[in-house]
Amino acid sequence: MITDWTLWLEWFIKAAVLIFALLGGFAYLTYYERRALARMQTRVGPNRAGPFGLFQPIADAVKLIFKEELTPAKAYKFVFFLAPIITVVPSIVIAAVVPFGRSVNLFGREVNLYLANINVGVLYFMAIAAIAVYGIVLAGWASNSKYAMLGGLRSTAQMISYELSLGISLIPVILLGNSMSMVDIVEKQNGLWFVFLQPVGAVIFWIATLAEVNRAPFDMPEAEQELTAGYHAEYSGMKFALFFMAEYQKMIVICAVTAVFFFGGYLGPGVDRYPLLGPVYMFIKIFVLLFGMIWVRATWPRFRYDRLMTFGWKALVPLSLAIVFITATGILLAEQTNNPMWMWSIPVASVVAGLVPVVTIYQALRRLSYERA
Amino acid sequence: MSALEPAVELARGLWVTFKSMFEKPVTIQYPEEKREVRKRFRGRHELHRYENGLEKCIGCSLCAAACPADAIFVEASENTDEKRFSPGERYASTYEINMLRCIYCGYCEDACPTEAITLGDNYELSYYDRRSAIYTKDMLLDPVPATAMLTPQKTEEGVFTRSVPEMENPKD
Repeated sequence: MITDWTLWLEWFIKAAVLIFALLGGFAYLTYYERRALARMQTRVGPNRAGPFGLFQPIADAVKLIFKEELTPAKAYKFVFFLAPIITVVPSIVIAAVVPFGRSVNLFGREVNLYLANINVGVLYFMAIAAIAVYGIVLAGWASNSKYAMLGGLRSTAQMISYELSLGISLIPVILLGNSMSMVDIVEKQNGLWFVFLQPVGAVIFWIATLAEVNRAPFDMPEAEQELTAGYHAEYSGMKFALFFMAEYQKMIVICAVTAVFFFGGYLGPGVDRYPLLGPVYMFIKIFVLLFGMIWVRATWPRFRYDRLMTFGWKALVPLSLAIVFITATGILLAEQTNNPMWMWSIPVASVVAGLVPVVTIYQALRRLSYERA
Repeated sequence: MSALEPAVELARGLWVTFKSMFEKPVTIQYPEEKREVRKRFRGRHELHRYENGLEKCIGCSLCAAACPADAIFVEASENTDEKRFSPGERYASTYEINMLRCIYCGYCEDACPTEAITLGDNYELSYYDRRSAIYTKDMLLDPVPATAMLTPQKTEEGVFTRSVPEMENPKD
């Protein structure tokens, strides 16, 4: 029983701060992405609205809010209205379990720098991430338009395929952390980040999350050239802005989760003495990981759809199963022999396992090119 | 290590985009900074004057005849020595170009016997309504040189009888 009303207040304030941080983060992520993309294309990017174009997100928001909203005449009105909401809510809700730091003393009160430390945080993340696909497929279906429909279906198929390797690639993290709580996983990485123990898992997780948030090179559901923007083709104004918001918030949240699982979360030099450094390290890690996503978008072309499926099912899923096996074996060996050096067999064996699909893909591509010639 | 080739190629692609982040942007900050147009750029038309301030245009309508888009409208009136706009018998009392019709082909320039009309370097043509796309003579006409008088001028009799002047061949 919670009798302390200040605890309710604390939760409320933390939730509000988190939501506003995500909304502001979304706005400035679009700015960050546009500037970074522009620099990679030797352009300048938005620099007109305000100093260095910093008010550009505000201008975009004002424009989107005042834009006319259209609902197609033959759309299923209720679902059409509901779909953007179903997409946005999970992207915010995931952030509840992400730890941003240990506890700090604020106003004579011990305040944890996370909203909830539930003991199945990883499962929670997986479950909520999977819900987001409903909004997309419902948007595609309710629009009553063939492009939107195709986009929605593609995204469903893609998300379900990559959800699998996403989930399996998290099992090594759970094994290494010996817990499903995000806070415990972060604390276990004190000294050594899991990305060094399980580099292949980190790569698989990263590829799968790119597919999960529909980012390039996995942006098949919103392929502009083929599907005229896919599932949100019929949306305009604020409803479109909600889809946009969901995508970018998911990017932020997933980068935060990647930081937690593989890059030591809020850990960093000096965080033991000054717990308030935790959110700062978290921010830096999210910033760098987001740069990775933008970088990939600026560089790699989009997958062909059948190859996307082949890659997901024939390369990522077996490989992630293999690294689960390798990680479990490594931990068992280290425990049985009482020699922690056996832990280093995990990254070595994983990299060797990771080379197998690389070589196989190369051979498959070469076979294809012989067939063509 | 050719089996790693796909992975290496992906990394090379990433390196290319990363490198280009440190190149100088090619952007020109347009309203503040303008690129110079090419020597033979065809922009907004200009109607020229002689050094004494008289208009070169004699209202012959050859430009209107040459115009493939039918964008030019010319109406000529008689010059007198009391009120002289241009050398010779006639001048253009109305000269209008519809900039929405104009395709900037430069045929009017070629057709003009007195080199009165040329396509200048102004490309900043925008309007809020279709009516303001019609540029009239006073919008197109060059300003009067500092040493000369405004048209119409009062001139001596029998001086400006020749409407087409002696001209050299163009050089560029």
